Amino acid sequence: MKQEQAIIREHRAFGCGYRLLVFDCQPIAAAALPGQFVHLRVPGLDGSVLRRPFSIYRADGACLSILYKQVGKGTREMAALPVGQAVSLLGPLGNGFPMPTGQAVPVLVAGGYGVAPLCLLASRMATTGILFVGGRTAADILCIEDFERLGWDVCVATEDGSLGTKGRVTDALDPWLAERCRQAAPPPVFYCCGPDGLLRAIDVRAVKGGWLGWLSLDKHMGCGVGACLACVQRVRVKDGGSQWKRVCKEGPVFEAGEIFWDYGVKADNA
Amino acid sequence: MSGGASLSVTGPGMAVEIAGIRMRNPVMTASGTFGYGPEYADLVDLNALGALVVKGIRMEPWEGNQPPRMVEVQGGLVNAIGLQGPGVDGFVRDYLPFLRQFSTPVIVNIWGRTLEEYGEVAAAFDGVDGIAGIELNISCPNVKEGGIAFGTDLQMASQVISRVRQSTRLPLITKLSPNVSSVGRFARTAQDAGSDAISLINTLPALVIDVETRRPVLSNVFGGLSGPGIHAFAVRQVWDAAQAVTIPIIGMGGVTDAQGAIELMLAGASAVAVGTASFTDPSTVISVIEGIQAYLVRHGMRDVRELTGAMVRK
Repeated sequence: MKQEQAIIREHRAFGCGYRLLVFDCQPIAAAALPGQFVHLRVPGLDGSVLRRPFSIYRADGACLSILYKQVGKGTREMAALPVGQAVSLLGPLGNGFPMPTGQAVPVLVAGGYGVAPLCLLASRMATTGILFVGGRTAADILCIEDFERLGWDVCVATEDGSLGTKGRVTDALDPWLAERCRQAAPPPVFYCCGPDGLLRAIDVRAVKGGWLGWLSLDKHMGCGVGACLACVQRVRVKDGGSQWKRVCKEGPVFEAGEIFWDYGVKADNA
Repeated sequence: MSGGASLSVTGPGMAVEIAGIRMRNPVMTASGTFGYGPEYADLVDLNALGALVVKGIRMEPWEGNQPPRMVEVQGGLVNAIGLQGPGVDGFVRDYLPFLRQFSTPVIVNIWGRTLEEYGEVAAAFDGVDGIAGIELNISCPNVKEGGIAFGTDLQMASQVISRVRQSTRLPLITKLSPNVSSVGRFARTAQDAGSDAISLINTLPALVIDVETRRPVLSNVFGGLSGPGIHAFAVRQVWDAAQAVTIPIIGMGGVTDAQGAIELMLAGASAVAVGTASFTDPSTVISVIEGIQAYLVRHGMRDVRELTGAMVRK
């Protein structure tokens, strides 16, 4: 983990309202593993005390890239950052995705720009696999050419049917999984990044099928380094109990079956 | 002298002694904002700190609150972590061996839910190698007295401080609650009950509401406000406390740079702590130390202790 003043080398629209930020930041880029993140201090964001976490989209040699969309005042301020500007980055933070072993076929599942860390993951894998990516509309589908260039199969699902299968990403995934089961093909190993609903859907499928799965959580963070205990997630432990884990430190990647999704949720008696 | 930010032979004196704890400079970490030390060790030279104050510890491990536990607001953040922690044994087992590698004094922040528990925690740390002192968080509800915070009732505050005082020989720093009408009276009570120093301010009571859902953002509903937005209030509270006591004061609240730290000292603090700003920039604590040194040089001052209470009244 390092704190660096990273210089913006490239900053441009990435299509569909997303933007690409490329930093010159060798110390963090060289150490970055797929699934890790950087904690970025948005310059000029007056009145703000917290950094903003971003998945690492690319890390090659001296450069490190992130993707973001303007959703709040932080990302709005980021959109104005000029090339050449220095930005404070902490990173690489958290634990990345473990690489697949044995015969398992990597099945990457992304919702929206949850695809960003999966791009880095696919580029570092020794084998190819398949990507399932979903979004509300075709405009939410990013980066599929990155996977195609690496020789990966890509399956798209959009809720409005404007690209690929009409429906949710699981509507594309489930028939594919069923077919593989019929053929007794090697087992999948899931790598998922996206909203909680998607993570949970993949979690259920991995556990039910007895397959390995890795889920990357997105939580509001404070310090990003494990000190403040703001971003905790309840997880099950071996003895049958449960405990808090810090998404920034023990995560953001958790194993399927580990997450206690409904911990503390009160039964609705209304 | 060890550590990157300690005084040189020719530079102004930076060392201070608070409650019998000798520090190489007057800049500490604020409890709850720096973990237990290892979290920031890759980013900050722990040997450069004046003292390291760890996150609050009670007798047993404590789960804290449900998330969401923190929300950013204009000028700061509101947290309701709920004092999640490893308990005394967990801290001594999992963190203290790491902290003993450093020459920086380690101050444990302690809390309890009853008078008795406060005494137990204090006693448990008495004589433990590697602990330089205790910071006593009295802003917790007394579960035996209807949940009234110890630190908002003069009698309960006096009782809990006395109990801890009787339970330990360690230097005792009482961290006052800002949620009172007269912080001076509580400062005086802390001194009379045997505190060696006081620290202030703790976070301010706060509530953040999501106007779309009309629900509170934090699962605990209420939280504590920290960050630059509370700084001027902290300076006033330190001033008020300084008028009431003779024991040293550790000032904190919204310090982001040396100027904020120096303000607290001019108002009467002998040392300061950096809190929320460590989240913004982990190196803040180091830049505050360096900035105070530079200020002393610029103002021809020979020793940082000259700053304490040196505000010039109009």
